[in-house]
Amino acid sequence: MPATTPTVNLADLKAKAKVIRKEIIESTTTAGSGHPTSSLSGVEIATALYFGGILRYKPKEPHWPQRDRFILSKGHAAPLLYAVLAEAGYFSPELLPTLRKLDSPLEGHPNMRRLPGVEASTGSLGQGLSLGIGHALATRMDGYDSRVYVMMGDGEQDEGQVWEAAMAAKKFQLDHLTGIVDQNGYQQTGHTAEVLDLNPLAPRWEAFGWATREINGNDMAEALDALNWARQVKGRPSVIIARTVKGYPIQNLLTKDPNHHGKPLTPEEAKAAIAEIMGAKD
Amino acid sequence: MKLGKSTREAFGLALAKLGAEHPDVVVLDGDVHNSTRTDFFAKKFPERFFNVGIAESDLVGVAAGMAASGKRAWLASFACFITCNAYDQLRMSVAFPALDVKVVGTHAGISIGEDGPSQMGIEDVSLACSLPGFTVVVPADEPSMLEAVPALARTKTPAYLRAGRPNVPVIYEKGCPFQLGKAIQLRDGKDVTIIANGLMVSAALEAAEQLAGQGIQARVLDMHTVKPLDDAAVLAAARDTGRIVVAEEHLLHGGLGSAVAMSAARQQPVPMRFVAIRDTFAESGPPEALLKKYGLTAADIVREVKELARPR
Repeated sequence: MPATTPTVNLADLKAKAKVIRKEIIESTTTAGSGHPTSSLSGVEIATALYFGGILRYKPKEPHWPQRDRFILSKGHAAPLLYAVLAEAGYFSPELLPTLRKLDSPLEGHPNMRRLPGVEASTGSLGQGLSLGIGHALATRMDGYDSRVYVMMGDGEQDEGQVWEAAMAAKKFQLDHLTGIVDQNGYQQTGHTAEVLDLNPLAPRWEAFGWATREINGNDMAEALDALNWARQVKGRPSVIIARTVKGYPIQNLLTKDPNHHGKPLTPEEAKAAIAEIMGAKD
Repeated sequence: MKLGKSTREAFGLALAKLGAEHPDVVVLDGDVHNSTRTDFFAKKFPERFFNVGIAESDLVGVAAGMAASGKRAWLASFACFITCNAYDQLRMSVAFPALDVKVVGTHAGISIGEDGPSQMGIEDVSLACSLPGFTVVVPADEPSMLEAVPALARTKTPAYLRAGRPNVPVIYEKGCPFQLGKAIQLRDGKDVTIIANGLMVSAALEAAEQLAGQGIQARVLDMHTVKPLDDAAVLAAARDTGRIVVAEEHLLHGGLGSAVAMSAARQQPVPMRFVAIRDTFAESGPPEALLKKYGLTAADIVREVKELARPR
């Protein structure tokens, strides 16, 4: 279990992010389906959470009551969650190529009953924040100082339940609950601004009573800084609007379809993408 | 039969008792606690009671999250709102991960009266039965509800519990021998079996009394648990009486009648009739008048039994 370390090595985190990106691309290309670009946009946040000394967890004791919780509400980014959990030691990375295959616990969307470390079964958008509130209320009743993190998509913000939950979390003053919006600018059929324009997003969350911070979500230092900021917020929940790039950092390989939603890279594309990711200086 | 409390009030009292016995019981409300009677619990245990506002989707999700962190979560709202408005949340956040959330739908059926069809849960049992792993219970009166709540609390899996608005006759004056998944035989007879739940149980007993006066001996079963169904009781009814009439305050499709028909068809098919709401919404009006107009009375059961008894 990574303890909170005052000096997190950014270079180590960036190296870990590269490995996770490689695993996302490999697992979805091997599966022949899945959502690699939706997974890639959230890598810095998830890496900073699990390996930057933010999240407290015990891979060998997944139900440790005092643990912090991470709920992936945008369940279609399951390949990201699986890669992170494997790297964190919940299960062997050798399982990753079984993604979406019959009898594999690595289902197309997360199933908490089949895989250790998965806190919620998601895939129907809009439901994760309410689950996070439930965890936050329960751990507070138990007297634990557990924190709860819920990663949502920006397209997911269309769902009314998100805003029902936003109001409830404020009512219950859940300052140990942090929402993360992976704002990659796309949803299934196009730009979020065109499908249902929720911009400006941060003022909406502010108006619902949440402490709000906007960052470049593909910048590891900013991700880490924002997650540390969230821990200092008192009396109300916090949300990090993480502006990201869908498919980061291989978006230039996807010029024909920058959204590239819900489809894997071809083996050739995957090879080029992994070469680009692993070869990048940062 | 003397008139007792409503099943919703009995639920509220039983829940408050449960709260006193189990500190890990939490109750969630969609701002209808004075209707669902979770207010009894709320007054005794305000620190374990959470009103999330008029937001059924969030209500279900918050309950599921608390259950996932080890609490025994009970939530209550109107039957129609909790099953229809929040169905995807019941499916994905509760049923799929099989969390210990007990979902209570009050104001079920058309007997709520004047508030009208928008408030009447007439499809809730069907919807709840379509949630994999859910237990579905429809108690008939105050004593059986007082037993159903602790019985469900002893399970660790999700359940739907149906409750009604009006005061209903007391069937179990000496207490109810309630066992989940086990029908209660209230009267024996050789000619036909009337299988009922909810407020149709008292109508079934009344019908059986009338039929006895006309030389037809009816067995009456209180089938409080719709899922898992008591197949043995259905088989015995089919074997012993050769005819079955099912009565419920619910749409014909997908309720107790469907469940009993599937069970009988699989084990021993017999002629059957159904007393239920026929593919329609009801309307505003006094409860008794509505039950009469929409065919949910003892007289309706008697008529169906006689139809079945005709020589074929």
